[in-house]
Amino acid sequence: MTLRLPLFEYRTPTSLAEAVAILSDSDGGAVIAGGGTDLFPKMKRRQTTPTTVVSLSAIPELSGIEIDSEGNCRLGASTPVAAVAASELVPAVVAAAAAEIASPQIRNTATLGGNLCLDTRCNYIDMPELWREASGHCLKDGGDTCWVAPRGDRCWAISSTDLAPVVIALNGTLRLVGPRGERETPAEALYRNDGIDYHDRSDDEILTQVMLPPFGGRATYRKLRRRGSIDFPLVGVAAAAHLDDRGTVGSIRLVVGAVASAPLRATAAEEFLVGRQLTDEVIEEAARLASHHVRPQDNTDTGSRYRKWMTPVFVTRALQDLRA
Amino acid sequence: MSERVLTIEVNGEPHRILSSDNRTLLEVLREDLGLTGTKHGCDVGECGACSVLMDGQPVLACLVLALQVGDRTVTTIEGLAADGNPDPVQKAFAERGAAQCGYCTPGMIISSRALLDGNPDPSTEEINTALAGNLCRCTGYNKIVEAVHLAASREARP
Ligand SMILES: Cc1cc2nc3c(=O)[nH]c(=O)nc-3n(C[C@H](O)[C@H](O)[C@H](O)COP(=O)(O)OP(=O)(O)OC[C@H]3O[C@@H](n4cnc5c(N)ncnc54)[C@H](O)[C@@H]3O)c2cc1C
Ligand code: FES
Ligand code: FES
Repeated sequence: MTLRLPLFEYRTPTSLAEAVAILSDSDGGAVIAGGGTDLFPKMKRRQTTPTTVVSLSAIPELSGIEIDSEGNCRLGASTPVAAVAASELVPAVVAAAAAEIASPQIRNTATLGGNLCLDTRCNYIDMPELWREASGHCLKDGGDTCWVAPRGDRCWAISSTDLAPVVIALNGTLRLVGPRGERETPAEALYRNDGIDYHDRSDDEILTQVMLPPFGGRATYRKLRRRGSIDFPLVGVAAAAHLDDRGTVGSIRLVVGAVASAPLRATAAEEFLVGRQLTDEVIEEAARLASHHVRPQDNTDTGSRYRKWMTPVFVTRALQDLRA
Repeated sequence: MSERVLTIEVNGEPHRILSSDNRTLLEVLREDLGLTGTKHGCDVGECGACSVLMDGQPVLACLVLALQVGDRTVTTIEGLAADGNPDPVQKAFAERGAAQCGYCTPGMIISSRALLDGNPDPSTEEINTALAGNLCRCTGYNKIVEAVHLAASREARP
């Protein structure tokens, strides 16, 4: 069965100002497209039917990676994920996490901005239209029941971006441009733990740049997925730390992705780790602290209990990476 | 939602087509240009059957709009054979029996071609990585990987 895209008008503005104008004049009917690798499948399933698709691909300043005079790594939002994965300018952990996104073909068209703005996912919303109509539309689909947790009143769709946890662990800053001008925000502040309203960003705001401050510490990303390729993360753990000569943690940022509707900072584990060496016992306690409150739902490739069980395992592996 | 005239270069030939904005490259290749070698699998990016080369890089034709191609060149499986002679990768796939139902084969060959163009002597691990976006439901992959090795060894000493 061919899943055809609904009709829409495709626009390729050549400046940010023009893109913002199209978005804000559209009254919500226009959506931003990076590579479209998330957007087009959703449109094919009629999860969204925009009247206008605004491509960022013809806006020159949105593409490219550079190190500025202060040593910050600046990445344009339209930079292909494959280019991030192959870059020697980005911290190695960013390249490694980018190389674990989707598949080689998808990485060639997918963009960094699209990855950080990835819609939340769930087994129910990601079904074809006919299926959703037959079962009854869920909250994210305009219905009145969450089929994952029917007695609750929230949507549990999962934040499945591989790069967001890494960018947050590296204390990255995002630049956004909208009708009210430009603003900068810590990456962490963009995400909300709400499957529907998952971004602190209006629909006409464009993510233009990711800024990563210089980082001289150790960092890692550990991803659990069903197969070694193509699949989204079931758990993704990013950690970035500074250790002294004796291996004592001076500072650390630990982020758990794909277990909630936003990447979660594991602040209790971070506080516990500062001033300690990464011994097996310390890692075990940190993994417990980072995962005991995590409540994955039964809405992706594997059951929720498996993801709950694997969360401390992947936190442990990430912390062991820092020690090595 | 009018239609526009697009010019896209496929397998070295420019084609003018009339298309609405929502049509994918896969639809245009198969339905307008009759190039049915590129397969239509899942339609949502999960199988790799629709892989084509865009400026030499493998992409999924089911997730690229025809009008996104712009001035880039598209190569499909039909475009790999030169003057009726199959590409070395095609020959190696045939000789090794690296296909059963054959549905994944065009996509596999496209990804393999892109790999060998950038890396003439890939390790098994590099082949596995390059083919990691192409699903095969039949072969178990071993013969596919062997075929890529075979093509590489032949291209190294033509
Ligand atoms: C089979 C398959 C497997 C996948 N596996 C993974 C995976 O393992 N890990 C992973 O992280 N992702 C995965 N993805 C999702 C997706 O391919 C990637 O996240 C990709 O990086 C998205 O980038 P894009 O440019 O294609 O996004 P698009 O589809 O263009 O956009 C995604 C969303 O972000 C919005 N958007 C895009 N750019 C901007 C911007 N600059 N400012 C504001 N909003 C913007 C769009 O409106 C849309 O809502 C997978 C997708 C498929 C189909
Ligand atoms: S048909 Fe394009 S990836 Fe399956
Ligand atoms: S030969 Fe049948 S899918 Fe690969």
